Amino acid sequence: MKRAPARGWPSTLAGIVLLALMLFPVYWMVNASLQPAGNVLRAGWFPVHPDLSGYATALRDQGRGLVTSLVVALGSTVLSLALAAPAAHALAHFRLRGGTFVLFGVLVTQAVPGIVVANALYGAYDDLGLLNSYTGLILADSTAGVPFAILVLHAFMRAVPREIIEAARVDGAGRLRVFRSVVLPLSTNALITAGVFTFLFAWSDFLFALTLNTTDTVRPVTLGIYQYLGAHTNRWNAVMATAVLACVPAAVLLVLAQRRIAAGITSGAVR
Amino acid sequence: MRSGSRRLPDRIARWGFLVPALGYLLLFFGYPIARNIAMSFQRYTATTFYTGAAPFAGLRNYADIVSSDQFPKLLLTTALFTAGSLAGQFVLGLALALFFHRRFPLGGVLRSLLLLPWLLPLVASGTTWRWMLDTDTGVVNRALRDLHLVSTGVPWLTGTSQALVSVILVNVWVGIPFNATILYGGLQDIPAHLYEAARLDGAGRLASFRHITWPLLRPVTGVVLVLGVVYTAKVLDIILVVTGGGPADATQTLATRSYELSFQQFEFGRGAALGNILVLLSLAFALVHLRANRRALNA
Repeated sequence: MKRAPARGWPSTLAGIVLLALMLFPVYWMVNASLQPAGNVLRAGWFPVHPDLSGYATALRDQGRGLVTSLVVALGSTVLSLALAAPAAHALAHFRLRGGTFVLFGVLVTQAVPGIVVANALYGAYDDLGLLNSYTGLILADSTAGVPFAILVLHAFMRAVPREIIEAARVDGAGRLRVFRSVVLPLSTNALITAGVFTFLFAWSDFLFALTLNTTDTVRPVTLGIYQYLGAHTNRWNAVMATAVLACVPAAVLLVLAQRRIAAGITSGAVR
Repeated sequence: MRSGSRRLPDRIARWGFLVPALGYLLLFFGYPIARNIAMSFQRYTATTFYTGAAPFAGLRNYADIVSSDQFPKLLLTTALFTAGSLAGQFVLGLALALFFHRRFPLGGVLRSLLLLPWLLPLVASGTTWRWMLDTDTGVVNRALRDLHLVSTGVPWLTGTSQALVSVILVNVWVGIPFNATILYGGLQDIPAHLYEAARLDGAGRLASFRHITWPLLRPVTGVVLVLGVVYTAKVLDIILVVTGGGPADATQTLATRSYELSFQQFEFGRGAALGNILVLLSLAFALVHLRANRRALNA
Protein backbone atom coordinates (compact mmCIF):
# COMPACT_ATOMS: atom_id res chain seq x y z
CA MET A 1 0.00 0.00 0.00
CA LYS A 2 2.85 2.41 -0.70
CA ARG A 3 1.32 3.81 -3.85
CA ALA A 4 -1.14 6.66 -3.63
CA PRO A 5 -4.55 5.06 -4.02
CA ALA A 6 -5.84 5.84 -7.49
CA ARG A 7 -9.12 7.66 -7.08
CA GLY A 8 -12.05 5.98 -8.70
CA TRP A 9 -15.32 6.90 -10.27
CA PRO A 10 -16.61 9.05 -7.36
CA SER A 11 -13.90 11.54 -8.30
CA THR A 12 -14.97 11.35 -11.91
CA LEU A 13 -18.51 12.14 -10.84
CA ALA A 14 -17.30 15.11 -8.80
CA GLY A 15 -15.25 16.22 -11.78
CA ILE A 16 -18.29 16.09 -14.05
CA VAL A 17 -20.27 18.19 -11.58
CA LEU A 18 -17.47 20.77 -11.40
CA LEU A 19 -17.22 20.87 -15.17
CA ALA A 20 -20.98 21.26 -15.51
CA LEU A 21 -20.89 24.23 -13.14
CA MET A 22 -18.01 25.84 -15.04
CA LEU A 23 -19.57 25.25 -18.43
CA PHE A 24 -23.09 26.27 -17.43
CA PRO A 25 -22.80 29.68 -19.16
CA VAL A 26 -21.83 27.89 -22.36
CA TYR A 27 -24.88 25.65 -22.07
CA TRP A 28 -27.01 28.67 -21.35
CA MET A 29 -25.72 30.43 -24.44
CA VAL A 30 -26.72 27.45 -26.59
CA ASN A 31 -30.06 27.15 -24.80
CA ALA A 32 -30.83 30.83 -25.36
CA SER A 33 -29.90 30.64 -29.03
CA LEU A 34 -32.60 27.99 -29.54
CA GLN A 35 -35.46 30.09 -28.16
CA PRO A 36 -38.01 31.80 -30.38
CA ALA A 37 -37.53 35.51 -31.07
CA GLY A 38 -39.07 37.91 -28.59
CA ASN A 39 -38.52 41.10 -26.70
CA VAL A 40 -38.09 39.40 -23.37
CA LEU A 41 -36.25 36.16 -23.40
CA ARG A 42 -37.59 33.84 -20.75
CA ALA A 43 -35.84 30.64 -21.60
CA GLY A 44 -36.85 27.43 -19.88
CA TRP A 45 -34.15 25.27 -18.36
CA PHE A 46 -34.15 23.10 -21.48
CA PRO A 47 -34.84 24.01 -25.10
CA VAL A 48 -37.88 21.74 -25.29
CA HIS A 49 -39.03 23.18 -28.60
CA PRO A 50 -35.79 24.24 -30.27
CA ASP A 51 -36.36 27.13 -32.64
CA LEU A 52 -33.69 27.74 -35.27
CA SER A 53 -34.94 31.15 -36.33
CA GLY A 54 -32.22 32.79 -34.23
CA TYR A 55 -29.61 31.04 -36.36
CA ALA A 56 -31.35 32.05 -39.56
CA THR A 57 -31.28 35.70 -38.50
CA ALA A 58 -27.70 35.38 -37.25
CA LEU A 59 -26.44 33.88 -40.48
CA ARG A 60 -28.26 36.46 -42.56
CA ASP A 61 -26.95 39.41 -40.53
CA GLN A 62 -23.56 38.12 -39.44
CA GLY A 63 -22.61 35.55 -42.05
CA ARG A 64 -20.26 38.01 -43.68
CA GLY A 65 -18.77 38.83 -40.31
CA LEU A 66 -17.94 35.18 -39.76
CA VAL A 67 -16.13 35.07 -43.11
CA THR A 68 -14.29 38.29 -42.27
CA SER A 69 -13.21 36.84 -38.93
CA LEU A 70 -11.99 33.70 -40.65
CA VAL A 71 -9.94 35.64 -43.20
CA VAL A 72 -8.43 37.90 -40.55
CA ALA A 73 -7.66 35.01 -38.18
CA LEU A 74 -6.05 32.88 -40.89
CA GLY A 75 -4.07 35.87 -42.14
CA SER A 76 -2.84 36.63 -38.66
CA THR A 77 -1.88 32.98 -38.08
CA VAL A 78 0.17 32.82 -41.26
CA LEU A 79 1.85 36.15 -40.58
CA SER A 80 2.59 35.32 -36.93
CA LEU A 81 4.12 31.94 -37.71
CA ALA A 82 6.09 33.28 -40.67
CA LEU A 83 7.64 35.96 -38.47
CA ALA A 84 7.98 33.94 -35.28
CA ALA A 85 9.39 30.62 -36.53
CA PRO A 86 12.64 31.98 -38.02
CA ALA A 87 13.04 34.35 -35.07
CA ALA A 88 12.57 31.55 -32.54
CA HIS A 89 15.08 29.41 -34.46
CA ALA A 90 17.62 32.24 -34.39
CA LEU A 91 17.08 32.88 -30.68
CA ALA A 92 17.27 29.20 -29.79
CA HIS A 93 20.18 28.05 -31.94
CA PHE A 94 22.42 30.93 -32.94
CA ARG A 95 24.56 32.47 -30.28
CA LEU A 96 23.43 35.98 -31.07
CA ARG A 97 24.75 38.89 -29.10
CA GLY A 98 21.70 40.60 -27.65
CA GLY A 99 19.52 37.54 -28.04
CA THR A 100 18.56 37.51 -24.36
CA PHE A 101 17.70 41.17 -24.58
CA VAL A 102 15.39 40.50 -27.54
CA LEU A 103 13.70 37.71 -25.63
CA PHE A 104 13.22 39.99 -22.65
CA GLY A 105 11.70 42.57 -24.98
CA VAL A 106 9.26 39.97 -26.30
CA LEU A 107 8.21 39.22 -22.72
CA VAL A 108 7.70 42.89 -21.95
CA THR A 109 5.34 43.29 -24.92
CA GLN A 110 2.90 41.08 -23.01
CA ALA A 111 2.43 43.89 -20.53
CA VAL A 112 1.51 46.48 -23.16
CA PRO A 113 -2.25 47.06 -23.12
CA GLY A 114 -4.01 46.75 -26.45
CA ILE A 115 -5.61 50.13 -25.93
CA VAL A 116 -2.17 51.80 -25.92
CA VAL A 117 -1.32 50.14 -29.24
CA ALA A 118 -4.73 50.98 -30.69
CA ASN A 119 -4.50 54.58 -29.57
CA ALA A 120 -1.27 55.12 -31.48
CA LEU A 121 -2.14 52.93 -34.46
CA TYR A 122 -5.37 54.81 -35.14
CA GLY A 123 -3.50 57.95 -36.13
CA ALA A 124 -0.84 56.06 -38.08
CA TYR A 125 -3.45 53.95 -39.89
CA ASP A 126 -5.41 57.08 -40.73
CA ASP A 127 -2.31 58.52 -42.42
CA LEU A 128 -1.49 55.28 -44.23
CA GLY A 129 -5.04 54.48 -45.32
CA LEU A 130 -5.04 51.24 -43.31
CA LEU A 131 -8.25 51.92 -41.37
CA ASN A 132 -11.08 49.63 -42.48
CA SER A 133 -8.69 47.26 -44.23
CA TYR A 134 -7.96 43.56 -43.89
CA THR A 135 -4.21 44.26 -43.96
CA GLY A 136 -4.49 46.74 -41.13
CA LEU A 137 -6.56 44.47 -38.93
CA ILE A 138 -4.40 41.41 -39.60
CA LEU A 139 -1.26 43.36 -38.73
CA ALA A 140 -2.81 44.76 -35.54
CA ASP A 141 -4.31 41.44 -34.42
CA SER A 142 -0.90 39.81 -34.76
CA THR A 143 0.35 41.87 -31.81
CA ALA A 144 -1.08 39.06 -29.70
CA GLY A 145 0.13 36.23 -31.92
CA VAL A 146 3.71 37.17 -32.79
CA PRO A 147 5.16 37.48 -29.26
CA PHE A 148 3.24 34.44 -28.06
CA ALA A 149 4.39 32.33 -31.01
CA ILE A 150 8.00 33.41 -30.47
CA LEU A 151 7.83 32.38 -26.80
CA VAL A 152 6.18 29.00 -27.48
CA LEU A 153 8.41 28.11 -30.44
CA HIS A 154 11.55 29.28 -28.68
CA ALA A 155 10.76 27.19 -25.62
CA PHE A 156 10.29 24.18 -27.86
CA MET A 157 13.19 24.72 -30.26
CA ARG A 158 15.63 25.13 -27.41
CA ALA A 159 15.05 21.44 -26.76
CA VAL A 160 16.09 20.47 -30.31
CA PRO A 161 19.65 19.18 -29.89
CA ARG A 162 22.24 21.51 -31.35
CA GLU A 163 24.16 18.47 -32.67
CA ILE A 164 21.44 17.71 -35.20
CA ILE A 165 21.70 21.22 -36.59
CA GLU A 166 25.49 21.20 -36.58
CA ALA A 167 25.55 17.81 -38.30
CA ALA A 168 23.39 19.17 -41.10
CA ARG A 169 25.65 22.22 -41.35
CA VAL A 170 28.73 19.98 -41.63
CA ASP A 171 27.00 18.10 -44.43
CA GLY A 172 26.96 21.36 -46.31
CA ALA A 173 23.39 22.54 -45.79
CA GLY A 174 22.94 26.31 -45.75
CA ARG A 175 21.22 28.08 -42.88
CA LEU A 176 17.94 28.36 -44.78
CA ARG A 177 18.07 24.70 -45.73
CA VAL A 178 18.70 23.64 -42.14
CA PHE A 179 15.78 25.74 -40.98
CA ARG A 180 13.43 24.40 -43.64
CA SER A 181 14.40 20.74 -43.72
CA VAL A 182 15.56 20.09 -40.16
CA VAL A 183 14.20 22.58 -37.64
CA LEU A 184 10.71 23.13 -39.03
CA PRO A 185 9.80 19.44 -39.47
CA LEU A 186 11.01 18.74 -35.94
CA SER A 187 8.86 21.58 -34.60
CA THR A 188 5.52 20.55 -36.10
CA ASN A 189 3.87 20.11 -32.71
CA ALA A 190 4.98 23.49 -31.45
CA LEU A 191 3.94 25.10 -34.73
CA ILE A 192 0.46 23.64 -34.38
CA THR A 193 0.23 24.83 -30.76
CA ALA A 194 1.36 28.33 -31.66
CA GLY A 195 -0.91 28.32 -34.72
CA VAL A 196 -4.00 27.33 -32.75
CA PHE A 197 -3.42 30.12 -30.26
CA THR A 198 -2.64 32.84 -32.77
CA PHE A 199 -5.75 31.85 -34.70
CA LEU A 200 -7.92 32.08 -31.58
CA PHE A 201 -6.34 35.36 -30.46
CA ALA A 202 -7.15 36.99 -33.78
CA TRP A 203 -10.56 35.33 -34.04
CA SER A 204 -11.49 36.65 -30.57
CA ASP A 205 -10.09 40.11 -31.12
CA PHE A 206 -12.54 42.83 -30.27
CA LEU A 207 -10.48 45.86 -29.34
CA PHE A 208 -8.73 46.39 -32.67
CA ALA A 209 -11.89 45.61 -34.62
CA LEU A 210 -13.66 48.24 -32.54
CA THR A 211 -11.03 50.94 -32.75
CA LEU A 212 -9.48 50.51 -36.20
CA ASN A 213 -12.76 50.28 -38.12
CA THR A 214 -14.91 53.29 -38.80
CA THR A 215 -17.19 51.65 -41.37
CA ASP A 216 -18.69 48.20 -41.82
CA THR A 217 -16.32 47.18 -44.63
CA VAL A 218 -14.23 44.93 -42.41
CA ARG A 219 -16.44 43.88 -39.54
CA PRO A 220 -15.47 40.68 -37.72
CA VAL A 221 -18.17 38.72 -35.94
CA THR A 222 -17.05 39.92 -32.49
CA LEU A 223 -17.80 43.49 -33.48
CA GLY A 224 -21.05 42.27 -35.02
CA ILE A 225 -22.18 40.85 -31.67
CA TYR A 226 -21.28 44.07 -29.89
CA GLN A 227 -23.25 46.17 -32.33
CA TYR A 228 -26.14 43.72 -32.10
CA LEU A 229 -26.18 44.33 -28.36
CA GLY A 230 -26.66 48.02 -28.94
CA ALA A 231 -29.26 47.80 -31.67
CA HIS A 232 -31.19 44.55 -31.53
CA THR A 233 -31.69 43.70 -27.89
CA ASN A 234 -35.20 42.66 -28.80
CA ARG A 235 -33.81 39.65 -30.66
CA TRP A 236 -31.78 37.94 -28.02
CA ASN A 237 -32.02 34.58 -29.75
CA ALA A 238 -30.17 35.97 -32.78
CA VAL A 239 -27.56 37.63 -30.58
CA MET A 240 -26.96 34.39 -28.73
CA ALA A 241 -26.95 32.36 -31.94
CA THR A 242 -24.22 34.64 -33.27
CA ALA A 243 -22.31 34.16 -30.02
CA VAL A 244 -22.60 30.39 -30.40
CA LEU A 245 -21.35 30.55 -33.98
CA ALA A 246 -18.44 32.73 -32.83
CA CYS A 247 -17.55 30.06 -30.26
CA VAL A 248 -17.48 27.16 -32.74
CA PRO A 249 -13.81 27.48 -33.77
CA ALA A 250 -12.65 27.51 -30.15
CA ALA A 251 -14.72 24.44 -29.32
CA VAL A 252 -13.56 22.55 -32.43
CA LEU A 253 -9.90 23.39 -31.86
CA LEU A 254 -10.16 22.41 -28.21
CA VAL A 255 -11.51 18.99 -29.11
CA LEU A 256 -8.94 18.45 -31.85
CA ALA A 257 -5.90 19.79 -30.05
CA GLN A 258 -6.64 19.57 -26.33
CA ARG A 259 -3.19 18.41 -25.25
CA ARG A 260 -1.40 21.02 -27.33
CA ILE A 261 -3.56 23.80 -25.95
CA ALA A 262 -2.72 22.92 -22.35
CA ALA A 263 0.95 22.63 -23.32
CA GLY A 264 0.78 25.99 -25.07
CA ILE A 265 -0.60 27.81 -22.04
CA THR A 266 2.13 26.38 -19.85
CA SER A 267 5.06 26.95 -22.20
CA GLY A 268 3.90 30.42 -23.13
CA ALA A 269 3.68 31.50 -19.52
CA VAL A 270 6.28 29.56 -17.59
CA ARG A 271 9.40 29.10 -19.56
CA MET B 1 41.29 38.40 -42.96
CA ARG B 2 39.81 35.46 -44.78
CA SER B 3 37.98 34.20 -41.72
CA GLY B 4 36.70 37.72 -41.11
CA SER B 5 35.20 37.98 -44.58
CA ARG B 6 33.64 34.54 -44.20
CA ARG B 7 32.14 35.38 -40.86
CA LEU B 8 30.50 38.66 -41.78
CA PRO B 9 27.98 37.29 -44.34
CA ASP B 10 27.19 34.51 -41.93
CA ARG B 11 26.48 36.99 -39.18
CA ILE B 12 24.15 38.82 -41.54
CA ALA B 13 22.47 35.53 -42.46
CA ARG B 14 21.94 34.64 -38.81
CA TRP B 15 20.41 38.03 -38.00
CA GLY B 16 18.33 37.70 -41.16
CA PHE B 17 16.20 35.14 -39.35
CA LEU B 18 15.45 37.54 -36.55
CA VAL B 19 15.11 40.84 -38.40
CA PRO B 20 11.55 40.42 -39.81
CA ALA B 21 10.09 39.64 -36.37
CA LEU B 22 12.18 42.35 -34.78
CA GLY B 23 10.98 44.84 -37.36
CA TYR B 24 7.37 43.88 -36.68
CA LEU B 25 7.80 44.20 -32.92
CA LEU B 26 9.42 47.60 -33.31
CA LEU B 27 6.65 48.83 -35.61
CA PHE B 28 3.74 47.46 -33.58
CA PHE B 29 5.04 47.82 -30.04
CA GLY B 30 8.03 50.15 -30.11
CA TYR B 31 6.43 52.74 -32.35
CA PRO B 32 3.04 52.79 -30.59
CA ILE B 33 4.69 53.22 -27.22
CA ALA B 34 6.88 56.06 -28.50
CA ARG B 35 3.98 57.71 -30.29
CA ASN B 36 1.76 57.30 -27.26
CA ILE B 37 4.33 59.05 -25.11
CA ALA B 38 4.60 61.86 -27.65
CA MET B 39 0.80 62.16 -27.94
CA SER B 40 0.42 62.35 -24.19
CA PHE B 41 2.34 65.65 -24.26
CA GLN B 42 0.23 67.09 -27.07
CA ARG B 43 -3.23 68.49 -27.47
CA TYR B 44 -4.16 65.70 -29.81
CA THR B 45 -7.89 65.83 -30.50
CA ALA B 46 -10.38 65.20 -33.29
CA THR B 47 -9.35 68.44 -35.00
CA THR B 48 -5.79 67.13 -35.24
CA PHE B 49 -7.00 64.67 -37.88
CA TYR B 50 -8.22 67.54 -40.07
CA THR B 51 -5.68 70.25 -39.43
CA GLY B 52 -2.71 68.07 -38.56
CA ALA B 53 -1.95 70.42 -35.68
CA ALA B 54 -1.20 68.89 -32.31
CA PRO B 55 0.27 71.67 -30.21
CA PHE B 56 2.68 70.79 -27.43
CA ALA B 57 0.82 70.77 -24.15
CA GLY B 58 3.53 69.87 -21.68
CA LEU B 59 2.18 67.99 -18.72
CA ARG B 60 -1.34 69.36 -19.03
CA ASN B 61 -2.90 66.05 -20.09
CA TYR B 62 -1.40 64.30 -17.09
CA ALA B 63 -2.31 67.16 -14.78
CA ASP B 64 -5.92 67.14 -16.00
CA ILE B 65 -6.24 63.42 -15.44
CA VAL B 66 -4.55 63.21 -12.08
CA SER B 67 -6.35 66.24 -10.66
CA SER B 68 -9.81 65.17 -11.85
CA ASP B 69 -12.26 64.02 -9.20
CA GLN B 70 -12.66 60.81 -11.12
CA PHE B 71 -9.03 59.71 -10.94
CA PRO B 72 -8.88 58.30 -7.38
CA LYS B 73 -12.04 56.33 -8.07
CA LEU B 74 -10.59 55.07 -11.34
CA LEU B 75 -7.50 53.84 -9.54
CA LEU B 76 -9.56 52.22 -6.82
CA THR B 77 -11.85 50.46 -9.30
CA THR B 78 -8.87 49.20 -11.29
CA ALA B 79 -7.21 47.95 -8.12
CA LEU B 80 -10.37 46.27 -6.84
CA PHE B 81 -11.09 44.71 -10.22
CA THR B 82 -7.54 43.38 -10.49
CA ALA B 83 -7.24 42.16 -6.91
CA GLY B 84 -10.72 40.65 -6.83
CA SER B 85 -10.31 38.88 -10.15
CA LEU B 86 -6.89 37.59 -9.21
CA ALA B 87 -7.92 36.30 -5.81
CA GLY B 88 -10.92 34.46 -7.24
CA GLN B 89 -9.08 33.02 -10.23
CA PHE B 90 -6.14 31.91 -8.15
CA VAL B 91 -8.02 30.27 -5.30
CA LEU B 92 -10.51 28.46 -7.53
CA GLY B 93 -7.81 27.65 -10.11
CA LEU B 94 -5.60 26.14 -7.42
CA ALA B 95 -8.51 24.15 -6.01
CA LEU B 96 -9.26 22.72 -9.44
CA ALA B 97 -5.58 22.03 -10.11
CA LEU B 98 -5.33 20.10 -6.83
CA PHE B 99 -8.51 18.22 -7.63
CA PHE B 100 -7.31 17.15 -11.08
CA HIS B 101 -3.82 16.40 -9.82
CA ARG B 102 -5.16 13.16 -8.33
CA ARG B 103 -5.62 10.59 -11.03
CA PHE B 104 -9.09 9.29 -11.76
CA PRO B 105 -10.88 7.94 -14.82
CA LEU B 106 -11.54 10.57 -17.51
CA GLY B 107 -9.60 13.15 -15.50
CA GLY B 108 -7.56 14.25 -18.52
CA VAL B 109 -10.57 14.77 -20.75
CA LEU B 110 -12.49 16.72 -18.11
CA ARG B 111 -9.43 18.85 -17.44
CA SER B 112 -9.07 19.87 -21.06
CA LEU B 113 -12.77 20.62 -21.47
CA LEU B 114 -12.37 22.96 -18.54
CA LEU B 115 -10.28 25.19 -20.78
CA LEU B 116 -13.27 26.16 -22.88
CA PRO B 117 -14.23 29.37 -21.03
CA TRP B 118 -10.73 30.73 -21.55
CA LEU B 119 -10.73 30.03 -25.28
CA LEU B 120 -14.10 31.53 -26.17
CA PRO B 121 -14.22 35.04 -27.60
CA LEU B 122 -14.71 37.38 -24.65
CA VAL B 123 -17.45 39.20 -26.52
CA ALA B 124 -19.44 35.98 -26.84
CA SER B 125 -19.10 34.92 -23.21
CA GLY B 126 -19.52 38.49 -21.99
CA THR B 127 -22.78 38.76 -23.91
CA THR B 128 -23.99 35.52 -22.36
CA TRP B 129 -23.17 36.70 -18.87
CA ARG B 130 -24.81 40.02 -19.50
CA TRP B 131 -28.03 38.23 -20.24
CA MET B 132 -27.60 35.73 -17.40
CA LEU B 133 -27.17 38.60 -14.94
CA ASP B 134 -30.17 40.59 -16.14
CA THR B 135 -32.23 41.71 -13.16
CA ASP B 136 -35.66 40.57 -14.38
CA THR B 137 -35.04 37.84 -16.93
CA GLY B 138 -31.58 36.58 -15.99
CA VAL B 139 -31.08 32.99 -14.95
CA VAL B 140 -28.93 33.93 -11.95
CA ASN B 141 -31.72 35.86 -10.26
CA ARG B 142 -34.22 33.22 -11.24
CA ALA B 143 -32.14 30.50 -9.58
CA LEU B 144 -31.67 32.66 -6.47
CA ARG B 145 -35.43 33.26 -6.30
CA ASP B 146 -36.25 29.60 -6.80
CA LEU B 147 -33.91 28.73 -3.95
CA HIS B 148 -35.59 31.43 -1.83
CA LEU B 149 -32.27 33.18 -1.27
CA VAL B 150 -33.61 36.53 -2.43
CA SER B 151 -37.14 37.86 -2.73
CA THR B 152 -36.51 40.67 -5.20
CA GLY B 153 -34.10 40.61 -8.13
CA VAL B 154 -30.52 41.63 -7.43
CA PRO B 155 -29.54 44.48 -9.80
CA TRP B 156 -26.31 42.74 -10.87
CA LEU B 157 -25.54 45.10 -13.72
CA THR B 158 -27.52 48.18 -12.82
CA GLY B 159 -26.66 48.60 -9.15
CA THR B 160 -23.60 50.78 -8.58
CA SER B 161 -22.15 48.48 -5.96
CA GLN B 162 -23.18 45.19 -7.59
CA ALA B 163 -21.86 45.95 -11.07
CA LEU B 164 -18.21 45.79 -10.06
CA VAL B 165 -18.81 42.48 -8.31
CA SER B 166 -20.44 41.20 -11.49
CA VAL B 167 -17.58 42.08 -13.83
CA ILE B 168 -15.14 40.57 -11.34
CA LEU B 169 -17.26 37.42 -11.27
CA VAL B 170 -17.23 37.17 -15.06
CA ASN B 171 -13.49 37.80 -15.21
CA VAL B 172 -12.87 35.16 -12.55
CA TRP B 173 -14.84 32.68 -14.64
CA VAL B 174 -12.76 33.51 -17.70
CA GLY B 175 -9.45 33.27 -15.83
CA ILE B 176 -9.94 30.06 -13.82
CA PRO B 177 -8.83 27.71 -16.64
CA PHE B 178 -5.60 29.64 -17.23
CA ASN B 179 -4.70 29.59 -13.54
CA ALA B 180 -5.70 25.97 -13.13
CA THR B 181 -3.63 24.86 -16.13
CA ILE B 182 -0.43 26.60 -15.08
CA LEU B 183 -0.78 25.55 -11.45
CA TYR B 184 -1.53 21.99 -12.55
CA GLY B 185 1.71 22.04 -14.56
CA GLY B 186 3.51 23.22 -11.42
CA LEU B 187 1.99 20.44 -9.34
CA GLN B 188 3.09 17.85 -11.89
CA ASP B 189 6.71 18.99 -11.45
CA ILE B 190 6.73 18.26 -7.72
CA PRO B 191 8.43 14.87 -7.25
CA ALA B 192 5.94 12.25 -6.07
CA HIS B 193 8.45 10.64 -3.70
CA LEU B 194 8.28 13.72 -1.46
CA TYR B 195 4.63 13.02 -0.80
CA GLU B 196 5.35 9.36 -0.18
CA ALA B 197 8.06 10.24 2.33
CA ALA B 198 5.71 12.66 4.06
CA ARG B 199 3.04 10.00 4.24
CA LEU B 200 5.46 7.55 5.76
CA ASP B 201 6.29 10.20 8.35
CA GLY B 202 2.61 10.33 9.18
CA ALA B 203 1.86 13.72 7.61
CA GLY B 204 -1.77 14.28 6.72
CA ARG B 205 -3.05 15.91 3.55
CA LEU B 206 -3.11 19.38 5.06
CA ALA B 207 0.42 19.05 6.42
CA SER B 208 1.84 17.86 3.11
CA PHE B 209 0.11 20.73 1.32
CA ARG B 210 1.59 23.23 3.75
CA HIS B 211 5.11 21.83 3.83
CA ILE B 212 5.56 20.39 0.34
CA THR B 213 3.03 21.66 -2.20
CA TRP B 214 2.87 25.31 -1.22
CA PRO B 215 6.62 25.98 -0.86
CA LEU B 216 7.54 24.06 -4.03
CA LEU B 217 4.78 25.71 -6.00
CA ARG B 218 6.02 29.17 -5.08
CA PRO B 219 7.91 30.00 -8.29
CA VAL B 220 4.85 29.05 -10.35
CA THR B 221 2.55 30.97 -8.02
CA GLY B 222 4.73 34.03 -8.54
CA VAL B 223 4.50 33.76 -12.31
CA VAL B 224 0.73 33.27 -12.22
CA LEU B 225 0.22 36.30 -10.01
CA VAL B 226 2.50 38.64 -11.98
CA LEU B 227 0.96 37.60 -15.28
CA GLY B 228 -2.46 37.85 -13.67
CA VAL B 229 -1.96 41.47 -12.62
CA VAL B 230 -0.46 42.45 -15.95
CA TYR B 231 -3.23 40.76 -17.95
CA THR B 232 -6.10 41.81 -15.69
CA ALA B 233 -5.17 45.47 -15.36
CA LYS B 234 -5.52 45.88 -19.12
CA VAL B 235 -8.84 44.01 -19.49
CA LEU B 236 -11.25 45.97 -21.63
CA ASP B 237 -13.51 43.65 -23.63
CA ILE B 238 -15.31 42.12 -20.67
CA ILE B 239 -16.14 45.42 -19.03
CA LEU B 240 -17.20 47.06 -22.28
CA VAL B 241 -19.53 44.19 -23.14
CA VAL B 242 -20.95 43.40 -19.71
CA THR B 243 -21.48 46.87 -18.23
CA GLY B 244 -19.96 49.37 -20.66
CA GLY B 245 -18.16 50.96 -17.71
CA GLY B 246 -21.45 51.88 -16.04
CA PRO B 247 -23.65 52.36 -14.19
CA ALA B 248 -22.46 55.87 -13.32
CA ASP B 249 -18.83 54.86 -14.03
CA ALA B 250 -18.99 52.19 -11.32
CA THR B 251 -16.98 49.76 -13.45
CA GLN B 252 -14.77 52.29 -15.21
CA THR B 253 -11.09 51.26 -15.04
CA LEU B 254 -7.94 52.93 -16.35
CA ALA B 255 -8.19 50.85 -19.53
CA THR B 256 -11.87 51.49 -20.28
CA ARG B 257 -11.52 55.19 -19.47
CA SER B 258 -8.53 55.43 -21.80
CA TYR B 259 -10.66 53.87 -24.54
CA GLU B 260 -13.50 56.25 -23.81
CA LEU B 261 -11.26 59.33 -23.88
CA SER B 262 -9.63 58.41 -27.17
CA PHE B 263 -12.34 56.73 -29.15
CA GLN B 264 -15.54 58.29 -27.86
CA GLN B 265 -14.46 61.78 -26.88
CA PHE B 266 -11.59 61.87 -29.40
CA GLU B 267 -9.26 63.24 -26.75
CA PHE B 268 -6.36 61.14 -28.01
CA GLY B 269 -3.77 63.08 -26.02
CA ARG B 270 -5.47 62.43 -22.71
CA GLY B 271 -6.33 58.86 -23.66
CA ALA B 272 -2.64 58.31 -24.38
CA ALA B 273 -1.63 59.83 -21.04
CA LEU B 274 -4.01 57.55 -19.17
CA GLY B 275 -2.78 54.53 -21.15
CA ASN B 276 0.79 55.41 -20.19
CA ILE B 277 -0.16 55.62 -16.52
CA LEU B 278 -1.63 52.13 -16.83
CA VAL B 279 1.54 50.75 -18.45
CA LEU B 280 3.73 52.37 -15.80
CA LEU B 281 1.66 50.98 -12.95
CA SER B 282 1.59 47.43 -14.26
CA LEU B 283 5.30 47.44 -15.15
CA ALA B 284 6.14 48.85 -11.72
CA PHE B 285 4.15 46.10 -10.08
CA ALA B 286 5.80 43.39 -12.19
CA LEU B 287 9.29 44.70 -11.39
CA VAL B 288 8.69 45.08 -7.67
CA HIS B 289 7.19 41.64 -7.50
CA LEU B 290 9.92 39.95 -9.55
CA ARG B 291 12.55 41.58 -7.39
CA ALA B 292 10.84 40.55 -4.16
CA ASN B 293 10.48 37.06 -5.52
CA ARG B 294 14.13 36.82 -6.46
CA ARG B 295 15.15 38.00 -3.03
CA ALA B 296 12.89 35.43 -1.40
CA LEU B 297 14.33 32.68 -3.56
CA ASN B 298 17.93 33.71 -2.87
CA ALA B 299 17.40 33.95 0.86
